[in-house]
Amino acid sequence: MNIEINDLRFTYPAGVEALRGISLKINPGEQVAIVGQNGAGKTTLVRHFNGLLQPTSGSVLIGDWDTREHSVAKLASRVGYVFQNPDEQLFSRDVLTEVAFGPKNLGYEKNKVDELVKRALSLTELNNKTETNPYDLSPTWRKMVALASIIAMDTPIVIFDEPTTGQDAVNIGRIVNVISELKKEGKTVVTITHDIDFCAENFERVIALSNGQVLLDGPARDVLGQEEILAQTYVDPPQLTRLGKLLAFKETVIKQDEFLQTLRGSR
Amino acid sequence: MAFINLSNVTYKYPLTKTPVLQNVNLQVNEGEFVAVMGPNGAGKSTLCYALAGFVPHFFKGELTGEIQVDGKKSSESTLDEWVLNVGLAFQNPFNQISGAKYTVFEEIAFGLENIGVPRDEMKVRVEEAMKLTGISDLADRSPYSLSGGQQQRVALTSILVMQPKLLVLDEPTSQLDPIGTREVFGVVRNMAEEGMTVVMVEHKVEWIAHFADRVIALKEGQILLEGKPDEVLTSDLLTENGFGVSRYTSVAREAKKQGLWKQDKLPVTLFEAAEGFKP
Repeated sequence: MNIEINDLRFTYPAGVEALRGISLKINPGEQVAIVGQNGAGKTTLVRHFNGLLQPTSGSVLIGDWDTREHSVAKLASRVGYVFQNPDEQLFSRDVLTEVAFGPKNLGYEKNKVDELVKRALSLTELNNKTETNPYDLSPTWRKMVALASIIAMDTPIVIFDEPTTGQDAVNIGRIVNVISELKKEGKTVVTITHDIDFCAENFERVIALSNGQVLLDGPARDVLGQEEILAQTYVDPPQLTRLGKLLAFKETVIKQDEFLQTLRGSR
Repeated sequence: MAFINLSNVTYKYPLTKTPVLQNVNLQVNEGEFVAVMGPNGAGKSTLCYALAGFVPHFFKGELTGEIQVDGKKSSESTLDEWVLNVGLAFQNPFNQISGAKYTVFEEIAFGLENIGVPRDEMKVRVEEAMKLTGISDLADRSPYSLSGGQQQRVALTSILVMQPKLLVLDEPTSQLDPIGTREVFGVVRNMAEEGMTVVMVEHKVEWIAHFADRVIALKEGQILLEGKPDEVLTSDLLTENGFGVSRYTSVAREAKKQGLWKQDKLPVTLFEAAEGFKP
């Protein structure tokens, strides 16, 4: 399912102009990372995908649906959105009820709900925590519950708002698994992140926003190598990209295997 | 005598069975910048709460051992006395914003108002602190109209403005953009140079290596490793125990297996990696 954004502008009621003319097309099954300075408009942009925000002007199309013509509840069948802060999202008494809420609400049959919940719980490694109150879990696990409750809705488009924030290496590994599983299933994944190394290792396309506009958009390697332009939106290239540059590698490297290959070639 | 002195600190939250901190012994000198890292659930935030007096004064629970900061025992102080010396920036800035103020400027002034700082001095201190963290342009915005990262800078500024002797920061850069993160580390480093003692929980290994004096690796409530950043951050024990390492360290570790990294010591910063990989 396509996401099509046409000259999108958005001004908050207090007068802050957060998006200043954004046009983008995201294809079905793409893995896209959105990076950029605090206040660049990243969260404001993705909140237009499921209708939480409505354009001041311009439009957002999810497949053939214009977000201005469909309710948030209806858009939820196409776009799943994992909040930056899980505490803004969770409300159920136990993990199982929380994760089942979304697919039930979308009106799937009981068998299908059970199957989706089971898959979401196992992907997020929550199988042994189904009866726990989400608020008795550590923030790390609450984040996984937030992830599971969205994955269980089986939407063609999934949005993660800073999924790795405050997560340790083990849990980032779990999140990487979830994203690669969604990719295998052909889902579109749009992820906001400040973790540029995570971005380099897991996303094929990167969009850099700055001051409510698209600064760069393209394959991860092309975007993440643009040190001077990225600096305008307070982003550093990945660690290995910077190292490759210091070692005068001819090509931009963004991942460990590429780095080692280039290093061998240069000896 | 060290500025911070934790001796045999063991702590259990109310209604829980296992202690979150177990026999923690820690000394930190005045003006030292110590980074605390560890997997989720290691007890990092609890350690912050213990230093800030919230454990046990606010959370109750069972504390044994002794927490001493600037020669005073936390068991013999009240929380109101303790917070005059120690500032804590919460892990989640949403939880720290007072909700009682309409603008960022007022929010940052809130703590100073509470301790009765004269109006003229308050204004100067708030403006200086905002300049330091690069949020002067947000002064008139509502704290709730800000992005996550902007709120996090406000939360940090509202602690810095109090000029505590001990600054305790629980993942203060978790929602900041990459260059903003580096800037905050720089600000904190300067604070330490000026004599403030800093304990900062962080995952961002590259900047810990650059800016911190010492690293404490915490796991399951105990100190697993402690020492200079370049020693601790390249230890095999870290990866084995679920800690993140810098890409410089992991790529050199792999390169070493392939005979492409010749030195014994692994790098932790960009500069060390570049030096070691140069033909």
